[in-house]
Amino acid sequence: MDTNFSKEDLAFRDEVRAFLKEAWTEQHAEERQARKTGVEPTINWQRRLYEQGWAAPGWPVEHGGTGWTTTQSFIFETERASAGAPDVAPFGLKMVAPVIYTFGTEEQKQKFLPRILKSEDWWCQGYSETGSGSDLASLKTRATLDGDDYVVNGAKIWTTYAQYADWIFCLVRTDNSGRKQEGITFLLIDMKTPGITVNPIKSIDGQHSLNEVLFDNVRVPVENRIGEQDKGWTYAKALLAHERTAIAGIADSKRNLTEIRQLAKQEHSGGKALMDNPVFQARFTAIEIELMALEYTELRVLASMADGNGPGVESSLLKIKGTELQQLIQALRMDVAGHYCGIIKGDLSTDQIGHDFADEARIDYMYGRASTIYGGSNEVQKNITAKFVLGL
Amino acid sequence: MNFSFSEEQNMLKDSVARFVQEQYDIDTRHAIANSEQGFSTENWALFAELGWLSIPFPEALGGFGGSAVDTMAVMEEMGKGLIIEPFIATVLLFGGVLEQAGSAEQQNSTIGDIIEGKLQGAVAFSERQSRYELADVKTTAQARQGGFVLNGEKTLVLNGVAADKLIVSARTSGEQFDQQGISLFLIDANADGIEKTTIQLMDGQRVANICFKNVSLSQDQLLGSLGDGYQALQTTIDKVMVAVSAEAVGLMQTLNTTTIEYTKTREQFGVAIGSFQALQHRMVDMFMACEQSKSLLYRAVCSMDDDNADPIEVQKNILALKVMVGRAGQLIGAEAIQLHGGMGITDELAVGHYVKRLMMINASFGDADYQQNKFSMLANAE
Ligand SMILES: Cc1cc2nc3c(=O)[nH]c(=O)nc-3n(C[C@H](O)[C@H](O)[C@H](O)COP(=O)(O)OP(=O)(O)OC[C@H]3O[C@@H](n4cnc5c(N)ncnc54)[C@H](O)[C@@H]3O)c2cc1C
Repeated sequence: MDTNFSKEDLAFRDEVRAFLKEAWTEQHAEERQARKTGVEPTINWQRRLYEQGWAAPGWPVEHGGTGWTTTQSFIFETERASAGAPDVAPFGLKMVAPVIYTFGTEEQKQKFLPRILKSEDWWCQGYSETGSGSDLASLKTRATLDGDDYVVNGAKIWTTYAQYADWIFCLVRTDNSGRKQEGITFLLIDMKTPGITVNPIKSIDGQHSLNEVLFDNVRVPVENRIGEQDKGWTYAKALLAHERTAIAGIADSKRNLTEIRQLAKQEHSGGKALMDNPVFQARFTAIEIELMALEYTELRVLASMADGNGPGVESSLLKIKGTELQQLIQALRMDVAGHYCGIIKGDLSTDQIGHDFADEARIDYMYGRASTIYGGSNEVQKNITAKFVLGL
Repeated sequence: MNFSFSEEQNMLKDSVARFVQEQYDIDTRHAIANSEQGFSTENWALFAELGWLSIPFPEALGGFGGSAVDTMAVMEEMGKGLIIEPFIATVLLFGGVLEQAGSAEQQNSTIGDIIEGKLQGAVAFSERQSRYELADVKTTAQARQGGFVLNGEKTLVLNGVAADKLIVSARTSGEQFDQQGISLFLIDANADGIEKTTIQLMDGQRVANICFKNVSLSQDQLLGSLGDGYQALQTTIDKVMVAVSAEAVGLMQTLNTTTIEYTKTREQFGVAIGSFQALQHRMVDMFMACEQSKSLLYRAVCSMDDDNADPIEVQKNILALKVMVGRAGQLIGAEAIQLHGGMGITDELAVGHYVKRLMMINASFGDADYQQNKFSMLANAE
């Protein structure tokens, strides 16, 4: 057992640092100045990563993956987060692409993977429905075969960034006769197809990322089906574990905690730094210690994956702890903002408000409530862990 | 020993509850919060008519002469209704400081108008650097020609936008963190040299950052004696902390009931999600957190209404309450959203708005960490 980086690893780390120092700093400064919002900054960043050949570290090399070792991927993630650069949007690069390169046809790989790699298409995930959240397999959106097309009718909800999407990957019902997990089909649907309506849902952070997507006799060519009809659940399940590992966000949490420590040293109350308030300090360090442990839990999962095991049930553990810590960290940042934590900045300047990070802290905290809900809620993850890990 | 409300207190509670039920559904509330003014003038007039605005004031000043229990009864119901009208700012804060420190003349010229609903007030006490430290005052009032000149900035002043009159804490002597040397002044909100920036908070209320540039003050605008303003401010804010804690208990109760109801009707896996023991236990935790908060609330108000209570004990009760309400509010808020799943993340549902108000209560007048540290110092000094 040893966790030291090799000489090659250290050289790789320097390379990553050098790249981030140049690429991220420039782009970040530009975007801040232009006050870009929505998905544009993410797309720009992903394209920059693509130019570097680093957009899809996890993919097989023949499709554009980096062929990094587990340690290298870990180093990249850590450095990326500590530089403050964002993670890529998961929907294309991390969610649908693995399904396509694992279960798709040669034509599908040719058609979709390069465009995902270059961030030419924005993807969204159409799984959840009003009646089917945790119980996803009960989904009702129907697809009926009519000649060479499926005709899709129904409604998806909570579809993140559907308003920007070129494509949506969907789970639809093609058979009702057997177990609910059977009879589900995995379809790739062009968002420009007639019959699709996207309605916005405003969320508690005051932003618009969520949508309802309605399907009214939407025709989808059979060639856009992944694998076999009625077997979509198997494909989707294989990908859920990847999603969960990504949600844990450990490297970003580390970075956030470091930043909050700095802020809490600068914030003063009655002449004393907030960081020196023993109550705040105790909360802060308890979180820090948990995170130190989780970092190694992640390394253990990664090492086991490197040995050829899939991101198995342990991914649930990462997801549960990772999101719990994210939320605690978000709460810390709110508390550092103090009585400013509730401000809605709107068009006001930082100087008018009298504070510079409270508005972002609020948005992150409010939106952050969702991380224990999406990607399979933490309660559902605990059910899975109890059943499959503890054997209960 | 008796924890029940009197008949009069029950009537008061019922009158607020009835108003909420009949005239203050969540859509109405949002429309009011997002209106130009941020609260409803008609509602304010109605509150005056119903006598709510007179509750804490002594009978000699035309008030109801209410106790801490009376205020609590009203605030708890206001919490349940998520009422945004500036009762706290005008009646409890502004009125409270006037009652503590105002001369008979100053009280006569203001409190009657507050009770009649004709005067909106605000107390400007926090500054950019001050966080929750009331004594951290950089704003200065320099003596000049028999009066004073006021310079400085106050931030996030509750009801600072609509207020007709302001009470401002300013340093007349001493250093930045000294309790001594802070004086309070009563000022017309549109006096020369006053500039405001309106800010909306996540719970919908409008606050203002207010700049004072060479604002002239006469001697009779001073509230209380020179340099002795801190105590009146602290005493008032102690009372307000208890009042907002009562509001918080009301918010918690609504969140708990709403969540229980939702889990009874929301079905997944063919059953109501409320049938899952994992969720049942969480709702029991929410219930317990609310009951514990209520117990500390009763402990605090009873000690405040008791003339023989040890002031240190009263102080400890208040601090403990504020800590408990901050932590319980955080737990209940987070769980309420969690148990609603995706629905809990929507702006459309009332849940998120109750949570935001609870968060603002924690971040007002000293959050849980701040007050817990104060509590610890007080308890250890015994
Ligand atoms: C911000 C956000 C973004 C999202 N983005 C997408 C997206 O892009 N695409 C997409 O398809 N979906 C998306 N979702 C949907 C998300 O996957 C669902 O919200 C999630 O599956 C939970 O379903 P639900 O909201 O219906 O809650 P419900 O399933 O109704 O759950 C309500 C509560 O009950 C609990 N619960 C349910 N079953 C059990 C059980 N058996 N035991 C114990 N507790 C249980 C849950 O944990 C939760 O606390 C998003 C959601 C959010 C909030």
